[in-house]
Amino acid sequence: MTHAVEELSPRIENLLRTLAPRVLGVLARRCGDFAAAEDAVQEALLAAAGHWPREGVPDNPHGWLIQTAHRRWTDHVRGEAARRRREETATLLEPPPDTAPVPDEDDTLTLVFLCCHPVLAPASAIALTLRAVGGLTTAEIAAAFLVPEATMAQRISRAKQRVKASGASFRLPPPQDRAELLRSVRHVLYLLFNEGYATSSGPALHRVDLSEEAIRLARLLRRAVPGDAETAGLLALMLLTDARRTARTAPDGRLVPLAEQDRTQWDRQRIAEGSALLAGAIARRAVGEYQLQAAIAALHDEAPTAQATDWPQILALYVLLEQMTGNPVVTLNRAVATAMVHGPSEGLSVLESAEAALKGHHHVDAVRAHLLELSGEREAAAALYTAAAAHATSLPERDHLTKKAAELRSGNR
Amino acid sequence: MPRYLLAVTFADGDGVPPMTEWTPEEVQAHLDYYGVLNDELIASGELVDTTILTGPDLAVIVTGDGQTAPVRTDGPFAEVKEWIAGFQIVDVESEERAIEIAGKVSAVPGPGGVPTRQPIHVRRVMDQAPGDAAEMDSYVRTGA
Repeated sequence: MTHAVEELSPRIENLLRTLAPRVLGVLARRCGDFAAAEDAVQEALLAAAGHWPREGVPDNPHGWLIQTAHRRWTDHVRGEAARRRREETATLLEPPPDTAPVPDEDDTLTLVFLCCHPVLAPASAIALTLRAVGGLTTAEIAAAFLVPEATMAQRISRAKQRVKASGASFRLPPPQDRAELLRSVRHVLYLLFNEGYATSSGPALHRVDLSEEAIRLARLLRRAVPGDAETAGLLALMLLTDARRTARTAPDGRLVPLAEQDRTQWDRQRIAEGSALLAGAIARRAVGEYQLQAAIAALHDEAPTAQATDWPQILALYVLLEQMTGNPVVTLNRAVATAMVHGPSEGLSVLESAEAALKGHHHVDAVRAHLLELSGEREAAAALYTAAAAHATSLPERDHLTKKAAELRSGNR
Repeated sequence: MPRYLLAVTFADGDGVPPMTEWTPEEVQAHLDYYGVLNDELIASGELVDTTILTGPDLAVIVTGDGQTAPVRTDGPFAEVKEWIAGFQIVDVESEERAIEIAGKVSAVPGPGGVPTRQPIHVRRVMDQAPGDAAEMDSYVRTGA
């Protein structure tokens, strides 16, 4: 079945994936059972992927999918009913009256709230969101995360059981609960975007681009909550970061440091779109961490050369971000920005003053090594780069740190 | 999510006689335990791979200088008990969870159904790239 999906024309693929959350919205409201409706829609999508390329796209693809999914759902209920031999279940088979039409935006929002429900671990929320909102198949999601399809199928099905057990239903939550739920949705999309980085250099044949998926879903979310500044900030952050993607990796897969990237390769369209979004978000005067991160990314993107980077502004933003989040990674970044503005010894004293909070964080050695290198203490820097490489959990990072140490030891740069 | 390799060696658990002295039922119970555990890990959405290796009897050591034909020898080998017998790769939320699973692997039953407490090596698998976009852009890796 997955083969049919892989060979789909982009036109059909786009159509199916745009329709997926809308069809699921209608069906979940009709059936009152999100988990079963989601399975039925997945089956309908697979059926469409099999039939449409051969028989042509039906005149009303939306209706076709709803009808097919509803039939699958009915079959499922009938099977259950037969198993349990319970007469009363048969009433479920009556075609339910069509409920009043609900705007697609509301359905999208209801869906993402369920898929990114706070009871779910992020990995489960990501998988469920990709399938139910993103319209991807289990096989595609499994391939993207490099796990077997059976494992991913179980992850998704458990996620749905958990959501069900939490008592959440396919209904838009009351307005007072939405801010908290939105926060959880944004976090899931942010992690999904990062996951795109983590898997972007693996064996990539037929793999879904997860960063691109995150951007697509963030766009959907923004359309559903156009007035939310942090959601716009998140989308801006993704676009402004992703704009540098091509320049960030050398042909041999090596990471290219920001300062050495070929800035003509940066995606100007993405930068323009991200900057405009960010400007609109900031005008709403509800500053949040994603807007601040986006603003930092924008300052890097707007610098014509690495030397022209506006480090004083970046430093000011990191100070704000640190106050807002208390995240040690932000402190590390502030130390580096401090070094760029006030010199490496000032940067090192930031690290010293934050030692307790940074204790055990595996990037401290790398940052300290970098700042020592800037102060000309090559031997101490080389030793710390080596120590940092021993703690690295990612391959490109380990390679980069090992090479830095070797360069310093051999005396050439 | 981080991935961990959980490797079991040919080392016997504490005070457990070698498998050649077990009854067929005990051997079967031992193997069934792994089957059930792996099914559990599929059901929890965490199992990536499970592999059993052939024993040292079938192993060779190869060396090469890149020019002449590779040289194949039958040793020298580390002690048999240090050999990896098989491994699982799990994709889990945290190291704590990986250790919890390793504890279950180690508790595989031996004679009399008593847990063998075989030592399990827990190794984190390297990620392909730094996993965080914000960190990615920090000067740590992208600067200098």
